[in-house]
Amino acid sequence: MGIEFRGVSKTYPDGTVAVADFSCQVPSHRTLALVGTSGSGKTTLMRMVNRMIDPTTGEVLIDGKDVRGLDKVALRRSIGYVPQAGGLLPHRRVLDNVATVPVLTGTPKAEARTQAVALLEKVGLDPALGKRFPGQLSGGQQQRVAVARALAADPNILLMDEPFGAVDPIVRRDLQDQLLALQAELGKTIVLVTHDIDEAFKLGDQVVVLRTGGVIAQEGTPQQIMAAPADDFVRDFVGAGRAERSLRTVDLDGRRVVVDGDDRPVGVLEK
Amino acid sequence: MTWLRLNREQVVDLLWQHLSLAIPAVLISIVVAIALGRVAWRWPRVGAVVLGAASLLYSVPALPLLIVIPVLLSIPLRSETNLVVALAVYGTALLAGTAADAFRSVDSRVREAAEAMGYSPTGIFWRVDLPLSLPVLVSGIRVVSVSTVSLVTIGALVGISSLGSLMTDGFQRGIREEVLTGVVLTMVLAIVLDLVVVAAGAALTPWQRRTKAGAGA
Repeated sequence: MGIEFRGVSKTYPDGTVAVADFSCQVPSHRTLALVGTSGSGKTTLMRMVNRMIDPTTGEVLIDGKDVRGLDKVALRRSIGYVPQAGGLLPHRRVLDNVATVPVLTGTPKAEARTQAVALLEKVGLDPALGKRFPGQLSGGQQQRVAVARALAADPNILLMDEPFGAVDPIVRRDLQDQLLALQAELGKTIVLVTHDIDEAFKLGDQVVVLRTGGVIAQEGTPQQIMAAPADDFVRDFVGAGRAERSLRTVDLDGRRVVVDGDDRPVGVLEK
Repeated sequence: MTWLRLNREQVVDLLWQHLSLAIPAVLISIVVAIALGRVAWRWPRVGAVVLGAASLLYSVPALPLLIVIPVLLSIPLRSETNLVVALAVYGTALLAGTAADAFRSVDSRVREAAEAMGYSPTGIFWRVDLPLSLPVLVSGIRVVSVSTVSLVTIGALVGISSLGSLMTDGFQRGIREEVLTGVVLTMVLAIVLDLVVVAAGAALTPWQRRTKAGAGA
């Protein structure tokens, strides 16, 4: 159960190979982080799940069913989608943005708006913001709205397309923490696309590092990848050689302080 | 002002006739131009041909057009339909390119996100593309409405009554006040219609007025 990519590839008419023979399983209630640079096919793979892109060969299965056999529009409405920055409907007030999918599927507007208020609170926003237009919110607030909107129809699956890529690091951390808290409560099956390895390690139960052309460089839990990068590409990508990744401890007044390669303190080792 | 006082009823009549010619022509132009603009936006190659043809059409002088249309549609030369069709042709030609630009002005990230959420293609057109293209579209509609109001006067040359009739009649009979009344009222009407378009545009795009007032995260 969950999502399965079975030997999918995507070749464009001009010969560009975006994805080559990719197979991977995402168990239900787990988060898969697809991480790679631009051109690694990570977004293409995610977009195959809700049929924004159909694979050239292979199939994508949701709970064992080939998505190709499902109606595109109905399928998309059943899957939560968190776009990159700037994906909210700028002409709809925040509440109506959040209520979009329920209204599309026939929930009465008033009811959908009431649910939307609760969702705003759930993602840590003041419901008073519901009356504003997206352009009147900060980038971080907008992405919270995007998460609320994706959750509105209570989908089993969430697709997240570099959702926090355009916000500053402090806000990003807040948003990531919020998502982890929500996920602990809701247990969605999540496919997250990111170019930020730290984000992939933080949010992903399972991480797939992709190299150009949608080829898997390494697949595993964050710990596995960090502990044993498969090759130089992955080692480089996760920054295994970087100073902040090579930690050691020094004794200071009887406590073991963890420092990085530049001797900067990172934390204290618990007994 | 004696002439105007003596002929007030006729002038008001002509004013309404002027409007009854201009408004349908502008409305038809908007609908047809949006359709053509959509095609041009969706299929750029077809669009280049369509938009090229449109600007060629715009270069056809008005008088010959008013004589050709009745032949093509087999309607009387002096019918109001003749003038409305001619004005709609010009209006469409003027607006089609802007309509294509208007669709191009819609942020593709927004359109894609809407598609990914499960808007149907029709839903995207009516609820995403059309509203979001309004700001650019309105700027084009303003040009068309002003140009159409002033072009209506040309119908007087083939005997279709409007404020233009005051100009032809005034010239023939040498009544300066009558000509002046026609000119000034046509200009006033154009300005008033422009204001109406601007107000309607603002009312339909409330999000445009209040962006970027945002607070912190």
